[in-house]
Amino acid sequence: MQNERTTEDVALGLRRRVFEHTIRNNGGYLSQACSAAEQLAWLYNEELKLGDPTLPMIPKPFEGVPAPTNPGYHTGAGYNGPAAPEYDRLFIAPAHYALVAYATLIEVGRMAPEGLEMFNKDGSSVEMIGAEHSPGMEVHNGTLGIGLSTGAGLAYGRKLRGEPGRTWVFMSDGEVQEGQTWEAVAAAQFHGIDNLCAIMDVNDQQCDGAMDSVMEVGDIRAKFIEFGATCVEIDGHDIQAMRDAAKEPHDGKPLIILARTSPYQTMPILEERFPRLHYVRFKSPDERARFNTSIAADLGVDPVEYAH
Amino acid sequence: MVEMVSRPYAAAFEKFAAGKPEILCLSADLTSSCEIDGFRDRHPEQFLSMGMAEQNMLSFAGGLGLAGFRPFIHTFGVFMYRRPYDQLMASIAYPRRKVRLMGFLPGVTTPGGMTHQSIEDISVMRSIPNMTILETGDATEVDSICEAADSIDGPVWCRVLRGSVPRLFDTPIKVGEMRVLSEGTDILVVSSGISTEEAMRARSALAKAGLSIRHIHLHTIKPFDHKQLLDHIGSVKHGVVTLENHVTEGGVGSLVAETMADAGIGKRLVRLGLKDTYAHGGSRAYLMRYYGLDALALVGGIEDLMGARFGITEDDLATARVDDVHSLVKAEAL
Repeated sequence: MQNERTTEDVALGLRRRVFEHTIRNNGGYLSQACSAAEQLAWLYNEELKLGDPTLPMIPKPFEGVPAPTNPGYHTGAGYNGPAAPEYDRLFIAPAHYALVAYATLIEVGRMAPEGLEMFNKDGSSVEMIGAEHSPGMEVHNGTLGIGLSTGAGLAYGRKLRGEPGRTWVFMSDGEVQEGQTWEAVAAAQFHGIDNLCAIMDVNDQQCDGAMDSVMEVGDIRAKFIEFGATCVEIDGHDIQAMRDAAKEPHDGKPLIILARTSPYQTMPILEERFPRLHYVRFKSPDERARFNTSIAADLGVDPVEYAH
Repeated sequence: MVEMVSRPYAAAFEKFAAGKPEILCLSADLTSSCEIDGFRDRHPEQFLSMGMAEQNMLSFAGGLGLAGFRPFIHTFGVFMYRRPYDQLMASIAYPRRKVRLMGFLPGVTTPGGMTHQSIEDISVMRSIPNMTILETGDATEVDSICEAADSIDGPVWCRVLRGSVPRLFDTPIKVGEMRVLSEGTDILVVSSGISTEEAMRARSALAKAGLSIRHIHLHTIKPFDHKQLLDHIGSVKHGVVTLENHVTEGGVGSLVAETMADAGIGKRLVRLGLKDTYAHGGSRAYLMRYYGLDALALVGGIEDLMGARFGITEDDLATARVDDVHSLVKAEAL
């Protein structure tokens, strides 16, 4: 079910959905759609080898957490298809990108648009911070920095079993401030885990603001290489560059693609909100209206109609 | 004379794990200290050195669990939950991964002081949904800890004894059960781990003083058979004394207190263990005496409960086992 549309078209479509959702709900993780749209669109539309979804197009409500008394429990990974040996797996390490990830699932035909209407509603599995049971999620990653380690463990186990499928981790650049990220790279290098790949949205932003103002992280490409990864830095809005980067040989090492991105990509009016881009909540009806008009024009759609 | 067994975990783990490809042995730079150096040398295909990087190790083990493996993580207990608590929660406990957390040096079994002594781990683990807790009290329980842990459909926290370990029991751990060591009618003593050997030391002196002690030993702390405990409490006249190598808050003492309160039992309860304090570095015998975790402390607790003194002294207690913390059976001084 890949390549029915161009990846550019998928990226535009998911930005439109996140924009519409944000205007309608007077807030959302809008900047993450600006920076990450091409990466998630490329993963789902081109790079990942995934089977057909195994879960209903319209997500089921929350059905309880894992417990011995909840034998029917399952994760949301079925939206990415079955966990068969030949298929790739994907973790969304920064789970607050969930809104963008859900929009991507819709654009590639893995979830119905109704799924996004359930976002952050009580009793829904389509949670604001993607949980294990949320569509497209397989592990909890809301605590930043644990995704690459879990991916390394899964990839190592799959390698031991001789499974051809790869394990991909979508990461955010703030995670390089967590020590665990570096532990994971060292371990992956030491154990030769080369069926592990990551693409990192390097948008230079974190919750408090620009990363350089919160804690400088320096040359992370050099650091990743020094810790033992193969690391390629690209323009994160250039899909051909992603295709090329994924072909980088990385025998015996994990591959990490640093996707340098703009937090305002395709929505320049967002720059007004710098340096607080992590979650955009409109401060006034006027601001909401101006953003609606401006971004709608940028994305080639009509302004969103919403209840005032 | 109690039989002492040298490095029982080393043999037990190798016997259990060798030839089972779905069992992986993970170590964080404490391989000989956790008695798995022989396994590493003889079964390298099942061994993963994870370095001094516990946060990664716990999430990585969660990933291995997701891939269908059953990792046994080996390090000192403290290093497996204090720093990587977040990873323990998110990567192992929540998703019910079949990760077996083999925590060495429980409580005051190490002279390593605060940084090495896991004194509140049971309290922490009891409050984690999906977690099972097992504790070894002798060589036979160490012999059977791997099978017991691996029988659980979910994560398991194990307090494992190492080095020279006494053999007190002759039957393996049966998860969910409790051992009844004596069936008296005056006072119920509940102990676990190394505290059980201490309680056994006091047995004959207490009998001579005319006390009929019912003694149960817990190797399974979670899940817990509350009804069976209530039956034992109902069988004694005066009350309950708990003795544990752990802080009294959240451990076996709390477990018994909660069971009694939930059932509306009005009997006296004396909880012995570390009393809202850290320990410091020293020999096990010294620490157990200093912090009131030994046989004499149990006698004192029973005296408090009965409101009477029995005149029992150290000389009346069965010969204390003398540990040489630097003996050859220990991998290192720590």
